[in-house]
Amino acid sequence: MPEITLEMKDITKRFPLVVANDKVNFAVYQGEIHALVGENGAGKTTLMSILYGLYQADSGQIFIKGKKVNIANPKVAINLKIGMVHQHFMLVPPLSVTENIILGMEPIKNNIFIDLERATNKVKEISESIGFKIDPHAKIENISVGIQQRVEIIKILYRGAEILIMDEPTAVLTPQEVEELFEILRSLIKQGKTIIFITHKLNEVKAVSDRITVMRRGKVVGVKNTKDTNQEEIASMMVGRKVLLEVDKKEHNFGKTVLKVDKLNALNNKKLPALKEISFEVREGEILGFAGVEGNGQTELVEVISGLRLAAGGKIKLYDKDITNYSPRDIREQKIAHIPEDRRQRGFISNYSVAENLILGSNYRPPFNKGLTLNFSAINNHAAKLIKDFDIRPSDRNNLLKSLSGGNQQKVIVARELFGEPRLLIAAQPTRGLDVGSTEFVHQQILNERDKGKAILLVSADLEEILSLSDLIAVIYEGEIVAILDPKKTNEKELGLLMTGSVRNNKFPKKK
Amino acid sequence: MFGSIFNADFIASSIRIAIPLALAGLGGVFSERSGVINIGLEGIMLTGAFTSIAVTNFIQNPWLGILAAIIIGIFLGLIHGITCITFKANQIVSGVAINLFASGITVFFSWLLFNETQIMAKISLPIWGLSIPNLGEGSSFLRSIIIIFAHHSPLVYLTIIIFILSHLIIFRTPFGLRLRSVGEYPQAADTMGVNVIKIRYIAVMTSGALAGLAGSFLSLEQAHFFVKEISGGRGFIALAAMIFGKWTPFGTAGAALLFGFGEALAIRLQSVTAVPVQFINMVPYLLAIFVLVSAIGRAIPPAADGIPYEKEVG
Amino acid sequence: MKAAKKIDYYSFLEKITPLIAVIFALLVGAIVIVIIGEDPIYVYKILFSNAISNRDGWGNVLFRATPLIFTGLAVAFAFRCGLFNIGGEGQVYIGAFLSTWVGFTFTSLPAFILIPLCILAAAAGGALWAAVPGILKAKKGVHEVIVTIMMNWIAASLTFFLVLKYKAPETETMIAAGVKQMIPHTKEIAQAARLPRLYDLFKSINIDFPSYNQVNVSFFIAIGVAILAYYILWKTNLGYEIRAVGYNPLAAEYGGISVAKNIVLAMVISGAFAGLVGTNEVMGFKYRWRQELFTGLGFNGIAVALLGKNHPLGVVLAAILFGILNYGGAIVNIFTEGRIPRELIMVLQAVIVIFVVISDEIVKRLIVKRRKLT
Repeated sequence: MPEITLEMKDITKRFPLVVANDKVNFAVYQGEIHALVGENGAGKTTLMSILYGLYQADSGQIFIKGKKVNIANPKVAINLKIGMVHQHFMLVPPLSVTENIILGMEPIKNNIFIDLERATNKVKEISESIGFKIDPHAKIENISVGIQQRVEIIKILYRGAEILIMDEPTAVLTPQEVEELFEILRSLIKQGKTIIFITHKLNEVKAVSDRITVMRRGKVVGVKNTKDTNQEEIASMMVGRKVLLEVDKKEHNFGKTVLKVDKLNALNNKKLPALKEISFEVREGEILGFAGVEGNGQTELVEVISGLRLAAGGKIKLYDKDITNYSPRDIREQKIAHIPEDRRQRGFISNYSVAENLILGSNYRPPFNKGLTLNFSAINNHAAKLIKDFDIRPSDRNNLLKSLSGGNQQKVIVARELFGEPRLLIAAQPTRGLDVGSTEFVHQQILNERDKGKAILLVSADLEEILSLSDLIAVIYEGEIVAILDPKKTNEKELGLLMTGSVRNNKFPKKK
Repeated sequence: MFGSIFNADFIASSIRIAIPLALAGLGGVFSERSGVINIGLEGIMLTGAFTSIAVTNFIQNPWLGILAAIIIGIFLGLIHGITCITFKANQIVSGVAINLFASGITVFFSWLLFNETQIMAKISLPIWGLSIPNLGEGSSFLRSIIIIFAHHSPLVYLTIIIFILSHLIIFRTPFGLRLRSVGEYPQAADTMGVNVIKIRYIAVMTSGALAGLAGSFLSLEQAHFFVKEISGGRGFIALAAMIFGKWTPFGTAGAALLFGFGEALAIRLQSVTAVPVQFINMVPYLLAIFVLVSAIGRAIPPAADGIPYEKEVG
Repeated sequence: MKAAKKIDYYSFLEKITPLIAVIFALLVGAIVIVIIGEDPIYVYKILFSNAISNRDGWGNVLFRATPLIFTGLAVAFAFRCGLFNIGGEGQVYIGAFLSTWVGFTFTSLPAFILIPLCILAAAAGGALWAAVPGILKAKKGVHEVIVTIMMNWIAASLTFFLVLKYKAPETETMIAAGVKQMIPHTKEIAQAARLPRLYDLFKSINIDFPSYNQVNVSFFIAIGVAILAYYILWKTNLGYEIRAVGYNPLAAEYGGISVAKNIVLAMVISGAFAGLVGTNEVMGFKYRWRQELFTGLGFNGIAVALLGKNHPLGVVLAAILFGILNYGGAIVNIFTEGRIPRELIMVLQAVIVIFVVISDEIVKRLIVKRRKLT
């Protein structure tokens, strides 16, 4: 019987609207990789935040090596040799790798100043011990996401962590980087560390973990040895029913070209080229999926087409009409709908009601705006209809958007964008952060639009989503399309290699 | 004409004009580097200006007057901290409230204690440094050097020391690293065991101390009197200097000197041109707007500037 | 059902936070009064009873509330677009000056043309002055807080210059007589540009009202503007867009709403509201421009807007409360023979602002705590 190094007993944590952890019991053996799985909102991150001292549990106890501990803040957790790599990296972008690593535990010289030399050497030493090189002086804002994650790992090792919590570490990585991460995790286990691995990707659970704890709606629903279970069983434990992992897609012919993008150039926020002479087409009834590591121009591409960013060159045509650099309102007039990638930032106004949000974008024209005043009966009727059609809950149109769940917020956006028969739908990360039910709903809506003969531009970091929905996949790397593939003839591995620029598809040689 | 304007006295007076802007601007650097916008600098300067003269006149010691201004500055910084760090109030609103409070309280007490709204300084600090040689003896070059570098109020030298120390603190010490990270990404600092709240309080109270000191220079050393609203928007010009100086101590000092030159130049031009005095008086404010416009896109504030730190979400 | 009721109770509490803040501020004021060595109950009794016990008191309160309604609405309106217009002071100077200039320049026009023209000029002057920070914010991204403050000082200098240029004729004779005039002011506006006082209106319907009381028709203009502000913000598409930009500019932009256009519009409307102070202070009261008439109105407007929760109705109520404090403060000053300076009221106002922002947060926390328990 292996030694239990960490035990959490009867942990309960309430937030204003939900009970995030409901009498959760969780135990980890010394030296294992323990997967903590569950849907978004199941309470995994909350549980780990309590362990790391970021939140305080309303009730329950924590034992480290059999000793009861009270983790009031992260400092206590660090002293107990617990380290956490957060889903959103906790790195300060303008500071250097070394500065980020030593933050809060700086080596001192002359009793006053930071001993940067000693710090740099230590960083080098740790990174080499787990098998990779890193530039200690590079600024975080200038290095890739994969490297940033390594900085996070070094950061917690620098603090002497024995228990490492990894919160969805693979969400931002390519399949190849995921493999490398698993190598690092295995070498950490050899050094005697214990790892808690939060994820909802079941193939990864199978590949790397020793044991699995499954959570659903704030409760633990089961603990399994990885070798004694399979993906289907875990999946049904996660969602509480059998899930269809495949989407049902009808074969059909595509119509006329709807969107034609020709040698499009654009700059990013730092005024550097983000899109380099990008060209592609989307036809009626076709879903073109853009696969790529985030930050390779997808955001800029969507923004330029929807009028939120100026094109620096090239043309965008909708049914032969040049719409390059139209204002967002003029783009909407052309019946282009847009589900934005960051719904909380762009997708809705959280202090506006459901009804008010449902007219965003068409607020200025009849029937909603009539003469000098807004036409509230038209606005309310519109809301009533969409709330019913899209099953938005709760169904009160006067609720503020901020009081809705993420899934229902996304339903409001989808309902609004699909209303009025758009000719082109741009769907950027349409299911990010949604639970399985809402994801299915959104996928179904996108497929319905496709079957109605609409053109759809799908951008997603989720390769499974790209592979299952798209009729054609474009792989984007450093602002260029490096391959256009048939989803039936490719797989995650090939996409991963293309996304990282490791391989270029011969059919699409790099333009001069 | 130019010779009569750009001489050593001109540079020395530019420096004197720049000192309060630089000190208050440095206060802004500390506060905003930690993520707290402090537009209360204006009111803190005003209160410091009043306090230093009041205390100096009562106990006949300008050093204690300056100390009192610093203490009252720390106190007002603490109030700003309580409202916007602990109570997460809107930082601009809290700053405006401090400015309103300062306008009221200074006039209130100057009526109450002195029965008038203009108070003359009974004593000020001695000049430190070398004495200025008469034009006859020594070269005019030497004379200029002394006027510019070695014939000032002790507060001028103190300011230079404060700036060097601040640079070292912000960029070389653990406190500085934590300060910068708290202003950029407080969640990250928190997860590394850095006490975000504590760092922000220290930073805001430091900014209060510096603005209080700036105010004492304004009344005790520059004007030799206190009158209501003597700060005259300098707290805001100091913020413009901070932005132009990209939130660094030396950058802020440079920008403050630029304002000093501008204002000194305007004052000189007044005597040689027919431009009405009212237009000359606009120069610092126009310059501030101009500087802000030109800093756009060049100067990027700390990422968490102005955002209260929320630990628990949901 | 029970939980919903409790949340309602707290949202009621949230609505009355300004009242709690005022009570706290009065307590702080009482402590200050005790420290000075006066009796707070006596002082507050004088303060409030004189302000609200008779028609003259009410008239004075409304007269003092009128400009604060304008500047309070200015701050509140801009705030709804996410902007801090703390340049009310300068917008008041310029608006009032332009109005005065029209009033003493086009003296031959009849009242039914000149009065609307002067009102329009007041609004236009304020709008113009607010447009500068609006445009700089919209086009260049310069934060409006520092620019509006700088514009205040520029306005002060500019109007000072203009006042000397259009100074009242008697200034010359006074100078000739060796009297040094301390406070320069302009010529008087035409008779036809003057707004009637409430006394004039009440007289015509035989209601007894003191003839020396300065409250005038401008008060009704202020109420009208408050209704207009409410209508624009909550009943029109412009208001929908302005508030959308205020809540979330990125989402507004995504929804096809021009952020830049709405920022400029909101600032211009806000400035116009501030400029209308000229209708009360110039057209209804002094009939000429004099800086001291306006000092502090812009800044007090910020306090009024905060206390009124940036809602037009709240602004009107808060302005009336400040009217009571201002008038009562002046009376207290006289009754205590100057032992309690008028500036006590300024301190009280600042304390109110601090307590408003703090009590908002306290109530918010109470609600969160309560929700957790249910």
